[in-house]
Amino acid sequence: MHDSLFHTLQDFMTTSEGITYSIVILSLVSFVFFWRFLTDRDTHD
Amino acid sequence: MDRSRRKLLKLFAAAGATTALAQPAQAASANKHFDGYPGSYGVLHDTTRCVGCRSCEAACNEVNNLPKPDKPFDDKSVFEEKRRTKTGVFTVVNRYDGVGKDGGPVYRKLQCNHCLEPACGNVCFVHAFTKSPEGAVVYDPSVCVGCRYCLLACPWSLPGYEYDNAFSPVVVRCTMCYPRIKEGKLPGCVEACPMEALTFGKRDDLIKIARDRIEKHPDRYIDHIYGEKEISGTSWLYLSGVPFDKIGLSTHVGVTPPPKLTAGALGAVPMVVGLWPALLTGVWAINKRKEKVAAQEQAEAVKTAIDQTTTKANADLDDYKKKAELQKEKAIDQAVKKALAEAEKAREQAEEKA
Amino acid sequence: MSNGTTAALPARGWLTPFNVIAGAIIVMGLVLTFMRFTQGLGAVTNLDSYTPWGFWIGFDLLAGVALAAGGYTTSAGVYLFGMKKYHAAVRPAILTGFLGYSLVVVALLYDVGRPLRLPYPFLVQQGTTSVMFEVAACVALYLTVLFLEFSSAPLEWLGIKKVARIISKLTILLTIFGVVLSTLHQSSLGAMYLMAPSKLHPLWYSSFMPVFFFVSSIAAGISMVLFEASISHKFFHHKMDKHYEEASAQLVFGFGKAGSVVLAAYFAIKVIGVSLDHNWKYLATGYGAWFLVEILGFVLLPCFLYALGVRDKNKKLIQYTAGWTVLGIIVNRLNVSLVAFNYHLPNDLRYVPHWMEIGISVFLITVAVLVFRFIVTRMPIFFEHPDFPQDDH
Repeated sequence: MHDSLFHTLQDFMTTSEGITYSIVILSLVSFVFFWRFLTDRDTHD
Repeated sequence: MDRSRRKLLKLFAAAGATTALAQPAQAASANKHFDGYPGSYGVLHDTTRCVGCRSCEAACNEVNNLPKPDKPFDDKSVFEEKRRTKTGVFTVVNRYDGVGKDGGPVYRKLQCNHCLEPACGNVCFVHAFTKSPEGAVVYDPSVCVGCRYCLLACPWSLPGYEYDNAFSPVVVRCTMCYPRIKEGKLPGCVEACPMEALTFGKRDDLIKIARDRIEKHPDRYIDHIYGEKEISGTSWLYLSGVPFDKIGLSTHVGVTPPPKLTAGALGAVPMVVGLWPALLTGVWAINKRKEKVAAQEQAEAVKTAIDQTTTKANADLDDYKKKAELQKEKAIDQAVKKALAEAEKAREQAEEKA
Repeated sequence: MSNGTTAALPARGWLTPFNVIAGAIIVMGLVLTFMRFTQGLGAVTNLDSYTPWGFWIGFDLLAGVALAAGGYTTSAGVYLFGMKKYHAAVRPAILTGFLGYSLVVVALLYDVGRPLRLPYPFLVQQGTTSVMFEVAACVALYLTVLFLEFSSAPLEWLGIKKVARIISKLTILLTIFGVVLSTLHQSSLGAMYLMAPSKLHPLWYSSFMPVFFFVSSIAAGISMVLFEASISHKFFHHKMDKHYEEASAQLVFGFGKAGSVVLAAYFAIKVIGVSLDHNWKYLATGYGAWFLVEILGFVLLPCFLYALGVRDKNKKLIQYTAGWTVLGIIVNRLNVSLVAFNYHLPNDLRYVPHWMEIGISVFLITVAVLVFRFIVTRMPIFFEHPDFPQDDH
């Protein structure tokens, strides 16, 4: 085994971007629920 | 390890990061720098040795089972024009007339440069290109959608595309004979070169060899190894006796690793996803609040107007009532007076009669 | 509704000049489509390995997406930035956006080598470092958002009340998503060219290309809404209700003002871009002259004309300026993708679009226009459905 995890910037970014995209999708989905939680008791006016 | 932590790890494992968390080894540093796979292979092309025999082209054609070209490989008339890689052609040698030190021609072989940080690999949205530890950039046609962004991104426009293939076109490029390297063999072109213009070896060693040649023959070479630093390094390296732009190797490609060119824009994407909803909700809330306040103010204005009218009306009514009462009292008084007067009158009349 | 369908059919029947020309274009388009999918890209395009992206990417994708920005600019303006008086303009803008993006996706099916593999980046293998992955993901998501936003019209048309009400409740959320996704992919279309610093002329290449693309897309969206409103008014004004007509009259000045401000900002950042990279010396070259034509003639001039139109309450001037700005955006996108791209190559290696490439683009636009006509003559786009008065958000 090599002593470091990534040998190319490309590999590093593939992993970091991959995780980031998962977080982004998660945050977009949770925004829907957050929005509902925040506004569902608003009186309609 | 408590349960929540295990859960978290599971989550990261799903994202393919278990190794990243489990390995404590890498010294922490905010400076991200990568030197490529240690001991990876490359090829050194010494253009001062190339005589344009096209043996490499013939060998490439054979080992890759490519279709035979119209003109045979010993036909020198192909040098009349600048050729490039295309369907069925992974490598070509071009002749650059009158650029040599003695005014003669210079030959240069052209194929994929197998970059350390390949631009084609960075832009591919199905990750069809991988830099292998052996040095070859390997292309997987089974996932290729055919968007041709790799062709656009390559600083040398080296990959070709099968535009005339209607149903299963693929990107055309040199494989650095990856399957042969895996078997311990030399790339076809290197094996075939009779002039030792092509040297296969570990990239680090090739750079030393190239430096050595430049040092020993400063009159023969210009002091630059093309591909050592170009776009942060390529596995194919070039030596030349004439400036590289004269033999078709662009001197404008820069030294920035291609992933860095879009890293900023890519990084801004999740940031926008994080910030925009908050910002836009804020703008929306401000406007909604403004509308609400405006509506409230309007309602209040209406209320005040109504109140004022009502008060005035009430006052008028009171006035009227008072007047009415006064009149009523007067009327009663009068009526009483009248009644009394009449009673008096009646009494007086009665008295008179009596 | 029933009066809508009858009014849509011109009294003379189907043989109008418009229909005849459209029919001819469609026949041509079908022939070219057959050629493209049976003989390959090489049969209908002049694309080669030096210029892998030609007219379809420059015009259909880059210009098309920019001009379809009216959907997010209008809905953001009305629902988020409080310009409620333009409410009636939202639906036509969303419809054009939805059709525009659908057109882009269909155009991509022609352009990629293996169209059936278009979902591969999501389903098979993710190239997460690719700007194009980001563009693909955002366009796919945004198309969904536009579809949901637009769906209230067909739902009302078909009388499916329950779903229509749910969609109506989600308006703000969908609008926010629309703006987020549009910001991302509009800018990323510019970011795609960041990969080619040695191929794109320095006057057009800038590390701020994503910002340029995003800001100009707002100007494009605004101008497209104005441009389209004036054209729609000519042909569909019997379908327009009082609300739309009133909003449309006010919209001209509001959007004209917004367009002027955005173009002013765009002009400023373009000049700053030249300055940051110290590219002044290129202005004296041929490419420099063309660059000046672009930013003076197609950015600064419409910026001034919009302002003039707003000051003088000159509706006609604003409408013509909108058309000019739309043209300017197309010029800009074609400059980046074709004119200034591969500027270093000798002329005989450079790309000139094949007439068949342009033919297919014209065919796709014609189909989109026909679909637009089909929809606005039937569904509540330019008028409010009596059962579904637009509630406040």
